[in-house]
Amino acid sequence: MNWTLALPELVLSVCGLAILVFGVIPKKDTSLACTMAVIAAFVGTGVLILSQQKGTAFGGQYVADDFSAFMKLLALAAAAFSLLLALDWNEKEKLNRFEFPILVLFSTVGMMVMISANDLMSLYLGLELLSLPLYVLAAFDRDNPRSAEAGLKYFILGSLASGMMLYGSSLVYGFAGTTNFDRLADALSAEAGVTAGVIVGIVFVIAALAFKLAAVPFHMWTPDVYEGAPTTVTAFFASAPKVATVALLVRVLTDPFGEVVSQWQQIVVLTAILSMLLGAFAAIGQKNVKRLMAYSSIGHVGFILMGLAVGGEAGLRGVVVYLAIYIAMNIGAFAVLVAMRRNGRAVEAVDDLAGLGRTDPAMALAMAIFMFSMAGIPPLAGFFAKIYVLLPAIEQGFWTMAVIGVLSSVVSAYYYLRIVKVMYFDAPVAGFDVRPAGVSVVLAGTGLFTLFFFLFPAMLLDAARHAVAAIIG
Amino acid sequence: MIAALAFYLFASILIASAVMVVTSRNPVHSVLYLILAFFNAAALFLIAGAEFLAMILVIVYVGAVAVLFLFVVMMLDVDFVQLREGFQRYAPIGAIIGGILFLELLFVLGTWQFAADAAELRLSPTPAGVSNTKALGRIIYTDYIFLFQAAGLILLVAMIGAIVLTLRDKHHSKRQNIAVQVARTSELTMAQPALGEGIRREDILRPLPPPSKAPKPVAHHGHGHDDDHGHGGGHH
Repeated sequence: MNWTLALPELVLSVCGLAILVFGVIPKKDTSLACTMAVIAAFVGTGVLILSQQKGTAFGGQYVADDFSAFMKLLALAAAAFSLLLALDWNEKEKLNRFEFPILVLFSTVGMMVMISANDLMSLYLGLELLSLPLYVLAAFDRDNPRSAEAGLKYFILGSLASGMMLYGSSLVYGFAGTTNFDRLADALSAEAGVTAGVIVGIVFVIAALAFKLAAVPFHMWTPDVYEGAPTTVTAFFASAPKVATVALLVRVLTDPFGEVVSQWQQIVVLTAILSMLLGAFAAIGQKNVKRLMAYSSIGHVGFILMGLAVGGEAGLRGVVVYLAIYIAMNIGAFAVLVAMRRNGRAVEAVDDLAGLGRTDPAMALAMAIFMFSMAGIPPLAGFFAKIYVLLPAIEQGFWTMAVIGVLSSVVSAYYYLRIVKVMYFDAPVAGFDVRPAGVSVVLAGTGLFTLFFFLFPAMLLDAARHAVAAIIG
Repeated sequence: MIAALAFYLFASILIASAVMVVTSRNPVHSVLYLILAFFNAAALFLIAGAEFLAMILVIVYVGAVAVLFLFVVMMLDVDFVQLREGFQRYAPIGAIIGGILFLELLFVLGTWQFAADAAELRLSPTPAGVSNTKALGRIIYTDYIFLFQAAGLILLVAMIGAIVLTLRDKHHSKRQNIAVQVARTSELTMAQPALGEGIRREDILRPLPPPSKAPKPVAHHGHGHDDDHGHGGGHH
């Protein structure tokens, strides 16, 4: 049975239940204490993951290896940082209810179940446990029609994706005879095992995961949901769930479906190319920073999928490294978005950043670092992220995809640099309100990482190599 | 022999009540027939030896779902005349879709084949000493405990979400304060109001008068202390 392998998930869930009880009972506002308790639970879970044994548990439904440990730590860090950002913002927007951190916590439990899924059933349950709190969080500002609309839109389209996932899983189960990843790999390794039904099922599963990832043919919900949801929720949407979904996609496509790589490779290549192009061109006309970040995230997902399409040790390492660096840049950029508040009201237009270089030089410098890094300008971290994805693509002969990647990166540099231009060269409007301490901490951490990554790349690269070795070997 | 008789009895009542669910004019009668149908289906499960499913059917469907239906039908004033409007117009489309589904069913049944060893497998005995409740429990609580707990968390999140999105905390909503209730003294106060005045100040809830105009009571009778303990609504 070996249930102790799942100790991090169990401990985090039990902490969630305890914090829920703690938050309900007192009459006064407990949101600050609950947020701190949830962050502490994340840290504790991280320590447990570091000391976790490796292996499979629960009759092969759960797997713990270096890959899952790396991805879980990344997801936990992203969730903890987004909670840190949410502290002050939620209070100012009167969203400081204690359920917020608890929903984030249960969503993170869902991510960990997904990352460790070794069976189509645990995959689906993890995905649902991840998504359901996200629907609620998107509508968390329930008196704001935009937020309610975002929640409803996300819920309807998300349940459609869940339906596709279930349909695909049932087809795979029906034609291959098992839901376990190891046994699926065995079944598909034989020539006779690869039937049309299985392939249709795989396509449905990939489509559902691409939906959660907001890759291009399934990206329609992203800009509206990112814009409508409260900014702190958007910061969470754009970071931690991506880690879990990418981890799951990597595991599903290399582990059980690795034998039928020729069947799904074209799909992933096409999705990657379309995502990069749309991320580059659609963001150009955006006036709202949150919408712009939504399209930017679609573009980054395209690059991540490029590494996945190339596959192999180098390609997957590119995926893992890109993901880690993307999370850091993204959380940092959203920290700036969270700090955009003038006279007590949150503002979110690109033009509101005008003159930030003079009114708040430190934050403008951090934002400039993130924007240059996202555009892929050396020696910032984003440049290395792109190079670790592009090099394997060129080595493996995916020329079209690599060329489109470089070109779309050039196009997207336009709107990243436009933000820098607005900050430093436009006439200043009134300065923002004093930036909260949590935002400064996040800005400093992610900014230093992005700026000085090139001095110490070995740590992340080593960790990524171990993680990928666990899933390939 | 008796089992066969019981089967035909329950099956015919089941079909008859199912027909009545669809045809009866009063929706409340429909729901009541539905409950009858559930009970008969449970009896059929019992005959087949699936006692757990029978109990689940009664507990979950009759106990919860059907009662919920009944509440919905009785509380929401559904206008069935309006619902039937346009029946003539949409009937052909409905008939076409129904016909297609019927044809598909025919195709499926026409090509239906039993697996070669199905007949033998059907007759293979269940292992001795394992009731099907126990077997289901083993699967759910031992083999799939991880997934079972994850599903439980999903339901918990759904509950939290429903509360977060809908609960509005009213400041003047009246709540039971157990500590205050328990701390109440049980001494009995006999009031002797003047004829026609009624009891004015005992532990009777009534709306507070405007604070500025409230006249201070001149003197207290009976009570040793003048704070009213217990209900915050009582006034002097």
